[in-house]
Formats: sequence, structure tokens, C-alpha cells
Amino acid sequence: MENSVAYEKATELRLGLPGIDEPAVLSSVKNNKRPLHDEKSGENGKSAQNETAPPSKAQIVGWPPVQSYRKNNFQQAKKSESECGGIYVKVSMDGAPYLRKIDLKVYKGYPELLQVLENMFKFTIGEYSEREGYKGSDYEPTYEDKDGDWMLVGDVPWEMFITSCKRLRIMKGSEARGLSCSGV
Amino acid sequence: MQKEMAYSFPDEVLKHVFSFIQSDKDRNAVSLVCKSWYEIERWCRRKVFIGNCYAVSPRMVIRRFPEVRSIELKGKPHFADFNLVPDGWGGYVLQWIAEMAGAYPWLGEIRLKRMVVTDESLELIAKSFKNFKVLVLFSCEGFSTDGLAAIAASCKNLRELDLRESEVDDLSGHWLAQFPETCTSLVSLNISCLGSDEVSFSALERLVDRCPNLRSLQLNRAVTLDKIANILRRAPQLVDFGTGNYAAELQPDVFSNLAGAFSSCKELKSLSGFWDVVPAYLPALYSICPRLTSLNLSYATIQSPDLIKLVSHCPRLQRLLVLDYVEDSGLEELASSCKDLQELRVFPSDPFGVEPNVSLTEQGLVAVSLGCPKLQSVLYFCRRMSNAALVTIAQNCPNLTRFRLCIIEPKTPDYLTLDPLDAGFGAIVEHCKDLRRLSLSGLLTDHVFEYIGTYGKKLEMLSVAFAGDSDLGLHHVLSGCESLRKLEIRDCPFGDKALLANAAKLETMRSLWMSSCAMSFGACKLLGQKMPKLNVEVIDETEPPDSRPESYPVDKLYIYRSVAGPRFDMPPFLWSMDEAVKILH
Repeated sequence: MENSVAYEKATELRLGLPGIDEPAVLSSVKNNKRPLHDEKSGENGKSAQNETAPPSKAQIVGWPPVQSYRKNNFQQAKKSESECGGIYVKVSMDGAPYLRKIDLKVYKGYPELLQVLENMFKFTIGEYSEREGYKGSDYEPTYEDKDGDWMLVGDVPWEMFITSCKRLRIMKGSEARGLSCSGV
Repeated sequence: MQKEMAYSFPDEVLKHVFSFIQSDKDRNAVSLVCKSWYEIERWCRRKVFIGNCYAVSPRMVIRRFPEVRSIELKGKPHFADFNLVPDGWGGYVLQWIAEMAGAYPWLGEIRLKRMVVTDESLELIAKSFKNFKVLVLFSCEGFSTDGLAAIAASCKNLRELDLRESEVDDLSGHWLAQFPETCTSLVSLNISCLGSDEVSFSALERLVDRCPNLRSLQLNRAVTLDKIANILRRAPQLVDFGTGNYAAELQPDVFSNLAGAFSSCKELKSLSGFWDVVPAYLPALYSICPRLTSLNLSYATIQSPDLIKLVSHCPRLQRLLVLDYVEDSGLEELASSCKDLQELRVFPSDPFGVEPNVSLTEQGLVAVSLGCPKLQSVLYFCRRMSNAALVTIAQNCPNLTRFRLCIIEPKTPDYLTLDPLDAGFGAIVEHCKDLRRLSLSGLLTDHVFEYIGTYGKKLEMLSVAFAGDSDLGLHHVLSGCESLRKLEIRDCPFGDKALLANAAKLETMRSLWMSSCAMSFGACKLLGQKMPKLNVEVIDETEPPDSRPESYPVDKLYIYRSVAGPRFDMPPFLWSMDEAVKILH
């Protein structure tokens, strides 16, 4: 077909990697991460897939393309996250435009959580002491609890923390110090 | 002689003439005429639209256009709507606000789509712009009602606050009370995305009361049906209204109150909301139905007979959004009642069910195409399709500008012939010469892309999933679609050849998204090296792409033209293929 000749010529460009005959083209689309079930289509595409589809199958991420906003709103209020059993909270840091979400259920305790926060926002948290809060750094990890109060991360036992934490905020500077001095 | 003409107009005259030129395209053309026109134009440009916030830096925008009053920014790629873009990808507006705060003290309008907006950003907006009038946060996230409180409190002349489809942290419903008593300027308020406790109703009532110019009001789901009448009586001038939930036990006095309130709104043309609908309350709308041009019932779980009854009262309807509960029979009624229909969107009520739960097929869409000659825009979810139906639709509706079809099961063939749907979609692009946006689904080979490349000369946005056989498919699109701006592809066997061969094309487009395709890491690197005006970004949440062989396919790829160079704010799972960026993670 004329088009394929033109295509072949077009692809014979100098953009190919030097020393290699052809740019690498993988015939396989799949990689083992995606939960996509096996599908084979015949040469001329005449396989009747619907008839062989199993009655229940793994959901493909993002398909069908229904907006997550619409999905959340269509059902009764409940967010799907809580149905999976995770405790998702938003994490913000003063001065950083980043906003991340983490699942508190994933971590076993404060040390792990703090390590993750340090990695996520690329900063260091100081040494924690019950009396003086976090020393040695300009930043302090705080959280808002179910009553709307802002607390220092680490003041309550871990189990109590993950059930009462609504969101995390890594405070910077004087505001943070005020919290640790007066709150504890 | 000719040259003298250009210099004979004083700048003021040219400025005045340019002030009548509003469209970006025309303004861009004006600025290319000559250096002096470029200079004059840039000083008087008041509105800037930035379709990709990473294509240019705030500093560059400010440098070129020093007197901007209105800005629109878009962040995440469209596929973020379907959870294909990981959390933390980017699209942060803070830096933009910070720089504009200094440079544009008179900035009055900010419109954002798919961006991350923190409370800090909102507080900065509230503090920095004394003449702030319009804030539209379309599908944004990252902020809470605290940020909204800051906006409400500080923006004395706020005209528009539109939070449609955004994700807002619910903290307190009292932010609405932050609007000062002196604020009477609201024209548009959309809080439909807010959760249960995020709105103080009495504050809302008082606000509506004192804003005589309020034309557009969308309530959130928590507002109960019995409250609607109160609101409407305070704002009979409304043109566009979104209810909260539309459910209550049927009580005659509540019903007649509601019906009376609706009928007093003589300007009302557009309705939305309708969560949790009790059908018995729908007749309360009948008095305004004859005037309705737009109806969004896409959250209303009402069945076909009730939908048919409602729609048959709306002969002027131009826009209908509805769930597939409408069924073929409902769409047939629509086709016979609503001859002015321009836009139809049918959403799936049970997208993950394997068996169809409603009787909605390609027949419904065919009926509408036959009965509604003005149809321009279609979004249709269904479970079966045929080439014959698509050809019929194409022939009936040559004026289609947007056609998005989602056949729920990937790679579904023509249910009558078991052929691929190439011919059907081919007919769409061939007959609909003004088609600007197309989404494909079903079983498709490289042939459909040949048709698209041949006929889709005005196509600006194409969405592809589970389609094609080889790189030839992608090559047809990239080499044939002259107007292409946005291309998004998932789960297609497109690899390196077509992309590398059409690398130059990518500089003429806004962006290309490819996920779960066959682009190799090596080719991505090559593209990044050879095309400095493109940002080539690889996304992989499991491990760095360079920990695997170069021939290994990348998980997700986002390529966009940019004059700002590589991003400064890349998350750990995103790698820039720019030569200048050292990969250090």
C-alpha cells in the first residue's frame, strides 16, 4: 500500500540510534504491572470477544473513562478510599506548593512516618522530646485532630494518633515553636 | 509609500483598534506583523490563556505582557480525570500567584483547571489583588474551606466564585459568612462540589438576598429540597440554577411552594444538581420547562418513563446531560420533542457491571441523530455499536464538532458483523468536516487511523484506547492531522518508530500522553536529546526507568512543547529526558 511505503521512507530518518539497525520496537504491549486481562484478537479482528469474556474480571485502571469526581458523587457520599480500609490524610508543608496524600495505615509507628515525610518533602525533622517538641530543625510536624485542634505529631500514642488525625501540616519557624511550647 | 502608512498611525490609535481584538489567535497574529505592533500589542493585552502551565514560566509571561488583568491556566493532563496521573504529579499554582502578586496588582480574574491550589495560594490571592472579581477553580484540589474564607472575606467586589468539580477539604461551613455585608456584587456562585457540612445555609440565604445581580447559583448536595423555594424567592432573576438533593417525602404544601417558587423565575434557562431525585417532585418544574435550554440530570437516578415525561415538556432544550437510565425509548422521545438539541451526554449508571443493566444501545443515538439536525456535541457510553449505526449518525449529523463514544468493554467489535469499527469511525471523520474532538472505542485496527489522518483535518483533540495494530496507526495520525493539538493514548501497540519519525510534529501540538504503550526508554531519551523545545517526561511509580534495559517500554509518557525548559518541581516518580537534567533520585 502506498501509505506504508511512504511510512517506511519516513521512518528511515537520521533519528535512529547510531550503531543499531532499527529503533527498538516491542511487540508486547503488556508489562506485568497493569491489571489487564489477557486479550488476543485475530489477524482481521474477527474474534467475538464478548462471548468469551469471563463473568467477573479485574477492573482496568481508569476504564471506562468516568471522571473520579462523577464516580464519587454518583454514589452516596462515601469516598472509595475509606472502603478499602486505608486512612488517607493530606500532608502539606509551609512554603511548599506540594500537597500529598498518605495512608497512615501503612506505617507501623512514628519513626517510619517521620522518615517518609522527610523523604517526601526533602527536609529534616529534629529530635523529638516530650518536653520540648522537635529540636534542631526549623520544621515541626503537626496534625489536626478530630476536634479541630492542632497537635504536635508524637504527643499521643500511635494508635490514638492514626484514628484521630485528620490532616498533617509541617509547620515552619515561629508558628511551629509556639505550638510545641504551649501545647504540650 | 506603503511603509509610511504603517508609521503614520500614532500608538494610541493602534491601541484603540487592538482593544477590539479579543481572541488570542488574532492577538497573536497582530503581534507578528512588525516589531512596533508587537510592542504595542503586548502592552495592551489584558487576557492570557495558558493551556499548559509548564509550557511557559510566570516570569516569561509577565515579561512579555506587563498589564494582564485576566489569566487562565491549565495543569494536569486530561487523563488525570481517570486516575491515570499519579497523585503529586504537579500543576501547582502557588508560584504563579506569588509572581503575579508582585507584577499584576490589578489582576481581576483567575481561572484554573486541573491545578493544585493550596489555602496558601488562596490567601495570597485574597491579600494581593485589590480588584479581584473572578475565581474559577475547575476540577482543582488541595484547598479547604479556610482558603475560601480568605477569599470571601477579602474580595470586596467578587463577582464570580465557581468551584465546579473541585475537591475541597471540609473543615467548616462558616466560610460563607465571611462575605462582608457590603458584598453585593456576586453574579455567579457554584459550590456544588462541597460536601455535607461545608455550607452554612443561613449565611447563603443572606448572601443571595443582598446580591441582586446573581444570575448563576449551584448549590451542593447537602441543601435539601425544602430549602429551594426560599432561595428561589430571594433570587427570581436567576438564569442558571443547580439544586441540592431533590428528594423529600411528598407533601402537597412543599410541592406547591416549590412549584410556585420555580414559576416565579422568569429568566431561568438552565438547571442542574438533582441528586437523589424523587420523581413525584419533577412536575414542580413543568412551568419553567418550556424555557429550559440546558438540563443536567447526570446524577439523577430516575428511570426512563419519568425522564420521558420531563423531557417532553422541554421543546427548547439545547443541552441534555443524563444517565443511561434514559434508555433508547427516552432518547427516541428526546428526538421527537427537542428539535433544537445541540449537545447530548449519556453517562453509564453501572460502568463496572459486566451485563447491561439498562436498555440503551446504539439505537438511541441513531434516533437522536435523525431527529435533531442541530446536534453538534456527543458523549455517549454504551455497550454495543455497529458500523452501520455510525455511518447513519455521520450522514445525519454532518455538523458534529465533538464526538466521544465509549463502548464500555474494550475492543468490542461491530455487534452485527463482528468487524472492527474502522468504517464507522471513518464515516464520522469523513462526513463531519468540522470535527474538532474525537474519542474512539471498540475494536479498531490501523485502518481507522488512516481515515482519521486523511479526513480529520480540523481535528484538535483525539483520545485513543485499546486500538490499533502497529506504529502505522500512530504515524497516520501524526502525519495527517494538521490541526492536532492534544493527543492522548492508552494501551495501544504504538512504539518508537512513529513517534521518532514525527518528532517535529510534536512541537506543533500542546501535548501528547501515552500510557501502557510500547515506547522504549531509549527512544524517550533520544527524543528528549534531539528536541530541546519539548519536555519529554517519563512517569514510573515502581522503579526508575534507567534501572532496566533501554529497550524496555516506559509506563507513562507525557510530551509537551515548552519554552520554560524542564520542570523544577518534579516528583520522585517523574523523570525528565532533557539532556541538561541529571537524573538524581
